[in-house]
Amino acid sequence: MSGFTRAEVCAVAVAEAFRGDGEILASSFGTVPAIGARLAKRTFEPDLLMTDGIAFLVANPAPVSGPATEEPVVEGWLPFRAVFDLLWSGRRHVVMVASQIDRFGNHNFACIGDHARPKAQLLGMRGAPGNTISHRTSYWVPNHSPQTFVPKVDCVSGVGTDRAAALGPQASRFHDLRRVISNLGVFDFATPDRSMRLVSVHPGVTVEEVVAATGFPLAVPASVPETRPPTAEELRLIREAIDPEGAREREVRA
Amino acid sequence: MDKRTSVAEAVAELRDGMTIGIGGWGSRRKPMAVVREIVRTPLRDLTVVSYGGPDVGLLCAAGKVRRLVYGFVSLDSIPLEPHFRKARQAGAFEARELDEGMLQWGLYAAALRLPFLPTRAGLGSDVLRINPQLRTVRSPYDDGEELVAVPALPLDAAFVHLNRADAKGNAQFLGPDLYFDDLYLMAAQRRFVSCERIVDTSDLAKSGSFHTLRIQRHMVDGVIEAPGGAHFTECPPDYGRDEAFQRRYADAAKDDVAWADFRARFLDVDEPEYQSAVRALREAKR
Repeated sequence: MSGFTRAEVCAVAVAEAFRGDGEILASSFGTVPAIGARLAKRTFEPDLLMTDGIAFLVANPAPVSGPATEEPVVEGWLPFRAVFDLLWSGRRHVVMVASQIDRFGNHNFACIGDHARPKAQLLGMRGAPGNTISHRTSYWVPNHSPQTFVPKVDCVSGVGTDRAAALGPQASRFHDLRRVISNLGVFDFATPDRSMRLVSVHPGVTVEEVVAATGFPLAVPASVPETRPPTAEELRLIREAIDPEGAREREVRA
Repeated sequence: MDKRTSVAEAVAELRDGMTIGIGGWGSRRKPMAVVREIVRTPLRDLTVVSYGGPDVGLLCAAGKVRRLVYGFVSLDSIPLEPHFRKARQAGAFEARELDEGMLQWGLYAAALRLPFLPTRAGLGSDVLRINPQLRTVRSPYDDGEELVAVPALPLDAAFVHLNRADAKGNAQFLGPDLYFDDLYLMAAQRRFVSCERIVDTSDLAKSGSFHTLRIQRHMVDGVIEAPGGAHFTECPPDYGRDEAFQRRYADAAKDDVAWADFRARFLDVDEPEYQSAVRALREAKR
């Protein structure tokens, strides 16, 4: 322990995925992404829009754990119909949880096994097909292993870089796969063939561990930096304002 | 025209094999009194169109569904509907799973009497693989872009649950979201609104702002007063979700004995008995 936890590093890595996004809707699923989006908004991306998860845009999103400390400041009404309009218009960056993800960022949280009769029904397609073809997308994987980072996903809910390329430049012009953040490291697709690349390993994780936990060949640069640790101010925000009851530590065990 | 009717009369219009749309979203403002009535009938082989919640779960558990057209099936506070999960893993029905936005597009196309509406959603994903009936269409303009042509989803009947309605079929949502209730009604041949309370037309504008008057009598054939008719889903501001009851319902997916017990206590009874069983549970907690 060096003054911060793995979950806190992951939350900061998610926040970093929103850096530079400006005035668009930041949507997040999972505890760590919810913390990361709030952290980005409260520090370096103050113009991000966020919802209360019901039907309102709120200027001061509620903490992810513990009681709400302030009255929500509603700045807009966003019923589901308007959500669909917004996301097809492209002004959104979503962080979705991946149950499986492959080398080209094809994403599955729909089902395990054959879709006609799945071994395990998961969340389903939800909005992943429309999200990934319409706007910026990143992924969160709280349990990095060969079962989650797989050679081939059972069902493609979120479109990866290879399938986007196969659609051609016109149909894929809004496809924008940014980052994958796992409990072990940060990844992107900045390689010539748009396959997954290791960007950084979280403090305390080795490159070898990441490679061993990944079920496909990962692009690994000669020198891999450490994911940046949280600043003192970020730690204060996470621990006191955003997640005072430590829900993050139940999602990331490291 | 007085369009007041009952849950039983509305459901009596349904036939085996029909396509029915169910409004609301997940475990939010679902026409559950209607769903409970369908469960009590011998109806079968239904095609159900829904942003699914316990409506879909109950109909699956009762063996009513031959085909499901859906964007998701969730209980919100329980992310995956357990009865739906069980039926899916048993291969109990044909799963026409769409992206959430595509489902809206299908209803909207049917509402506007169009054969399809174009979208990018679905391109590159397995939505096109698992729905081989879906086709793409090329823009006739200079861009020539290829898009998914989401086919219209016409409904034989639609059911939605609103907070207030008048006897003529004007209805009002007082919660935060209409969801797609207007589209379900506009896409359907027979259109039913159940509501918490039937009021005089002149009282509608007193209950909420004019923005809430989105269901209009030209969209509606039958109005049903069904207080508590969305239970155990939420129907704000009249009531929130009954989370304790929802957990009990979810737990009933564990095995056949649990389901038989739930069914006997809460489904093989009429609506007044259901509502009093729910009240008794709530009072026992106090």
